[in-house]
Amino acid sequence: MSRRRRTWPVWVADHAVSLALVVCFVGPFVFVVLTAFMSGRQAGTSFAWPTSWHPENFARVFEKLPMLKYFGNSLLYALLATAMMLASSVPAAYALARIRFRGSGLYFLAIIAMMLLPPQVTSVPLYVMWAQLHLTGSLWPLILPNLLGDAFSIFLLRQFLLTIPRDYTEAARLDGCGELRTLLRVIAPMAKPGLAATAIFMFFHSWNDYYGPLLYTSENEAAWPVSYALAQFRGARSVDWDLTMAATLIAMVPVVLLFFVAQRAFVQGVTLTGVKG
Amino acid sequence: MAFAFLAPSLLGMLVFFVFPLAMTVYYSFTAFDLSNPPKWNAFANWRYLVGGDPLIGQATLNTVWFVVVLVPVRTAGALFVAWVLTRARRGAGLLRTLYYMPALVPPVASTIAFVFLLNPGSGPVNTLLAALGIDGPGWFTSETWAKPSLTLLGLWVLGDLMVIFLAALLDVPAEQYEAAELDGANAAQRFRYVTIPNMVPVLLFAVITGIIGALQYFTEPAVASATAQGRAPVGQGASSLLGWPGQATLTYGQLLYSRAFGSNLLGYASAMAVVLFVVTAVVIAVLLRRFRAFTPEVAS
Repeated sequence: MSRRRRTWPVWVADHAVSLALVVCFVGPFVFVVLTAFMSGRQAGTSFAWPTSWHPENFARVFEKLPMLKYFGNSLLYALLATAMMLASSVPAAYALARIRFRGSGLYFLAIIAMMLLPPQVTSVPLYVMWAQLHLTGSLWPLILPNLLGDAFSIFLLRQFLLTIPRDYTEAARLDGCGELRTLLRVIAPMAKPGLAATAIFMFFHSWNDYYGPLLYTSENEAAWPVSYALAQFRGARSVDWDLTMAATLIAMVPVVLLFFVAQRAFVQGVTLTGVKG
Repeated sequence: MAFAFLAPSLLGMLVFFVFPLAMTVYYSFTAFDLSNPPKWNAFANWRYLVGGDPLIGQATLNTVWFVVVLVPVRTAGALFVAWVLTRARRGAGLLRTLYYMPALVPPVASTIAFVFLLNPGSGPVNTLLAALGIDGPGWFTSETWAKPSLTLLGLWVLGDLMVIFLAALLDVPAEQYEAAELDGANAAQRFRYVTIPNMVPVLLFAVITGIIGALQYFTEPAVASATAQGRAPVGQGASSLLGWPGQATLTYGQLLYSRAFGSNLLGYASAMAVVLFVVTAVVIAVLLRRFRAFTPEVAS
C-alpha cells in the first residue's frame, strides 16, 4: 500500500544495488553502440558521445571485408552442426533416460567425461586425422563429428527427458508402440522446449566458436566464420574501433534474435545444465 | 533397441575420445611434425616438459591463477547477482534479461569490446577514473593488470551461472527459512545454514565446470593479447601473438596449441596434452569425492 506512495529517491535507494548492476552490465553495450556510429577519427578518443553520426559504418564493414562470406560460413557451420547433433543425440539421450540396459550408468559417465574433456587434449591426433582426410582448411572437422553425437547435448537432452513422467513411455509401450515410435510420437513432442534449448546451445556454441576455426581454418581465409574473422579491422597504426564495434554488433544479431524468440526454452535449458544428474 | 539408439554416439566416443586419447599418449613418446611421421624418442618430450621448456612454468602459473582467482570470483559474483534478483520485487524479469545479455555476446566480440573499454589512454573506463581523480591502470597492456582485466570480463558474462543459481535459490524451501527465523537466525546465519547447504550440488557443478573452463581457457586471453597489441588474432601467425604483455596471459592450453601448430612440435604438445588430461580427471575426481563426503550431512 504505502509502497505506491513512495517518492522516487526512496525507490532508487531501495533498488540501488539492482540499478548499479544494470549500469555495470548494460554500460559496456552503450559504449559499443555509440562507438559503432562514430567517425573513424573520433572512435578510440576519449569523447564518448558521437560528434557526428555514421550509420554507414555498418555498410563499410561489408565493403572492407567479405562479411557476407563469413556470415554464410558461420550459418552453414551452426545450422548443419545443430541438425546433425539433433539427429544423433536425441536417440542416445532417450536410450540413457528411458531404456534400461546393462552399463547405462557407465555409458553416462563416459558421456560426462567427454563433455568435460578440454578440446586441446585431443587436438593433435584429431588434426592429424582430418589432415589425412584432406579436410583441414575447412569447417567440416567441426561439423561432421556431430553426426556421431555431441556429449554436452546428450547430457542436456537426457536431463530434459528425465523430467517427463515415466507414465507416458509406459502407456505408449502398453499401446504397443516400439521404442522408435514412442520417441518420435510421444516423447519428442513433449520434449520440444528441451530440444529447442539444446539446439540453441549448439547453434550458439558453433556461432561463437573461436578455437575450432583457429585450429582447422587458419590457412584458408575463405572458410573463416564470423566470430573468427571479427577482429580484423586494422587501420595504418591501430584498431579501427568504429568498424570493429559495428562488426561486433552485426555478429551478435542472429544470437540476440534467437534468444528473444526462444527465451523461455533457453532459460529453462541453462537451468537444467545445473541440475544434478 | 538401446544399442541401435546408442550406436552413433558409441562410434563417436571411439573415434573422437578413445582413439585420440590413445594416440596422444603414443605421440607423447615420439618426435613428430606435420611433414614427418612419428618417430619413437622415448622420454625426450617428457624431459623437455619437466626441465626444458622455458615457457611452461609461466603458462602453468597463469592457468593456476585463473583457477584460483577467476573461478571463485566469478562463482561468488554470479551467486551475488542471482541473490539480488531474488530480492527484486518488480521488474525481476527485465533485470534478469539485462544482466544476462552480455553472456549472449560472442566471446571474441566481448573481449574486443573490453580491450576497447579498458584502453589505458583514451578508453571510457580510464576517462571516467580520471574524472574522479584516479590514475587508471594499464589494464590489458600491463603485466600486473592483464589477468584481473580478464577476470572483469569473466564477471561481465556471468549470465549462464546467474540463471542456474537463480533457479537453485528459488528452489530452497521457504519453510526452512521460516524455521531458521523462528530459531532466531539472522540473515547471515540463514544464508550460511539454509541457503548454502541447499545450494551444494549446484555450487559443486559451477565449481567443476568453472575449473574445467579455466584449465582450457583460450579464446579470451588470445583475443585480448592480440587486440591489445593492435594485431588480429586470426590466420597462421596467430600463435605468435599469444601471451602478451610478456607472458602474462599465456595459458597452458595456449602454449600447448602454440607448441603443436606454431612450433610444429606435435610429440611434445601431446605430452602436454596427457598432463592436461590427467590434471582434469584428478580435479573432477577429487571434487566429486570431497563433496559426496558432506552431502549426507546436508540432507539431515
